[in-house]
Amino acid sequence: MFTASVSGNPFNLATEHARLAALGADVGAIVSFVGQVRDTPLELEHYPAMAQQQLQALLEEARTRWPLKGATIVHRYGLLQVGEPIVLVLTASSHRAAAFEAAEYLMDWLKTKAPFWKKAPDGWVDAKTTDEAAAARW
Amino acid sequence: MYFAWVRERIGLSTEDIDLEAPLSLSALADRLAARSDGHALALADRSRVRAAVNQQFEIWDFVPKNGDEIALFPPVTGGY
Repeated sequence: MFTASVSGNPFNLATEHARLAALGADVGAIVSFVGQVRDTPLELEHYPAMAQQQLQALLEEARTRWPLKGATIVHRYGLLQVGEPIVLVLTASSHRAAAFEAAEYLMDWLKTKAPFWKKAPDGWVDAKTTDEAAAARW
Repeated sequence: MYFAWVRERIGLSTEDIDLEAPLSLSALADRLAARSDGHALALADRSRVRAAVNQQFEIWDFVPKNGDEIALFPPVTGGY
């Protein structure tokens, strides 16, 4: 099960985890990453149709590279306060290496491919060249 | 379609443009930049603007067709 979604509401890590945990007897590792807002509140703007498509494409790419049993991405938009979860990535595989690597791959590529823009109280957050470098290593 | 500070500087989320002849995204951005001071400001530094056609990233040399959905926006800052 490979699911990408864009949401204006909080997600539930336990629910998403349970979905992957129930995929089958050959699932032996599930890695989860939750990014949360730090320092200042953020307003997230996104391009809905493209965001959905890009997240789905990232999952498909990860699936060709690692023997994953399932993966989930949830990316939020709207006004998010400090400490609120902003993005969720879950990967499930038989052994941990694939799940760890695929989760990191997905997070790295989200930063350069997912059409979201963050606005802090002092203005738009600039893209970092270090993010492009992190993604390029894959 | 415009997003983030490109949208704010232009003052519009969407607008239509009719192409009588095929134009590259680069030439299209030049034409849009002539529409207002806001357009000019938003599109002045093309190295800070990214383009998508029908929800796919494209380079500035790409030539869209009439009816395509074109989006111009700053480099994305998704994930965390």
